[in-house]
Amino acid sequence: MNIKVLGSGCMNCQTLEKRTYTALQELQIDATVEKVQDYQKIASYGIMRTPGLVIDEKVALAGYVPTVEKLKEVLLAHRNA
Amino acid sequence: MRKLLEKYPVTSTAILFLLWIILYTALQLLADAAVALAGLPQGAHLTEAVRFFVFEVPKVLLLLTLIVFAVGIIRSYFSPERTRKMLGGKKLFAGNVLASLLGVVTPFCSCSAIPLFLGFVESGIPLGVTFSFLIAAPMINEVALVLLFGLFGWKTALLYMSTGLLIAMVSGYIIGILKLEKYVEPWVYETKAGHSELAEEKILFPERISAGFDAVVEIVSKVWIYIVIGIAVGAGIHGYVPENFMAGIMGKGAWWSVPVAVLIGVPMYSNAAGIIPIVQALLEKGASLGTVLAFMMAVIGLSLPETIILKKVLKLPLIFAFVGIVAAGIIIVGYIFNFVYS
Repeated sequence: MNIKVLGSGCMNCQTLEKRTYTALQELQIDATVEKVQDYQKIASYGIMRTPGLVIDEKVALAGYVPTVEKLKEVLLAHRNA
Repeated sequence: MRKLLEKYPVTSTAILFLLWIILYTALQLLADAAVALAGLPQGAHLTEAVRFFVFEVPKVLLLLTLIVFAVGIIRSYFSPERTRKMLGGKKLFAGNVLASLLGVVTPFCSCSAIPLFLGFVESGIPLGVTFSFLIAAPMINEVALVLLFGLFGWKTALLYMSTGLLIAMVSGYIIGILKLEKYVEPWVYETKAGHSELAEEKILFPERISAGFDAVVEIVSKVWIYIVIGIAVGAGIHGYVPENFMAGIMGKGAWWSVPVAVLIGVPMYSNAAGIIPIVQALLEKGASLGTVLAFMMAVIGLSLPETIILKKVLKLPLIFAFVGIVAAGIIIVGYIFNFVYS
């Protein structure tokens, strides 16, 4: 699984990144996590709100920091899709 | 608590609202009781400061909870993507009016200013219309409105909101007719925005209620400390600073007070929560409403960090035009209020 955290490096993006690692660890999913801070790249995913989470090139959520629980749901939904 | 909310969202919201009303009506009683219990002497400076503090802090926090909840639900009906769609193809002026109004209800955080700017400009929304949105969104926020309503009354809150909207509309319109597009960094126009399906998600009403509660948790946990500190400083001014102390510096008589208030306010970065209680206390001590409003608008609406963020997409002439036009608008509003309320 390839995960990208979209955002310019503000508080919200850092929190999202941390929670993503926690969720991955708790689910024992093997994934690479990248940070995308370039605005043009962020725009290329079609989101106008940060932070954003992209799983295997698909926008999973944007505009808020989800709880670890919600992240787990999103990750599992993606893995089982 | 969370589980109950998820299971019976409407019922538990109604019960919480009832509790809210009871608490809110009992505030004065509770505050007086607290002052009496502490055994403070009647009429002393300290007593008045304490009374102000123990009444205002819970009052403002209660109001904040209610309004942030309501705004959270309203905002769940809006998204930047939908706003962009609504603004598409709108001409100047009509577009500026709509963009300013949407700026109030669309969820916005200054850290998202650039992605939003890119998304708007890339889809062909005129620069001036985009600016109307970017001016209204931070200036008219629920925290500012709650504090204005709680500490100054509904008239001032309404005045702040309507003049803020007017400034956003007119400033955006002026930026639009000045044709400043050449001062946008060229890479902005080369950006190819993708399309995400997230925007079209259907949301059910119980989820909107939980969006309201999420907003309460997020915003109240962030700003309560500023409110407490702001009201504490305000209480100090309320109890100790002599009447009419501010009249000479921030009163109507001093014509230069409005531009000076704006000049001081622009580089200051404070959220509405900290600044408004202090400003309210100053008003009581003889500062005039126009000067105070101008100061608040400059602090909240034009912030240095946001301007620095915008520097990534805008060249300096456009940044100066933006700050200059909005600051001029704020100064005019300040003078009008000082004139009308005299």
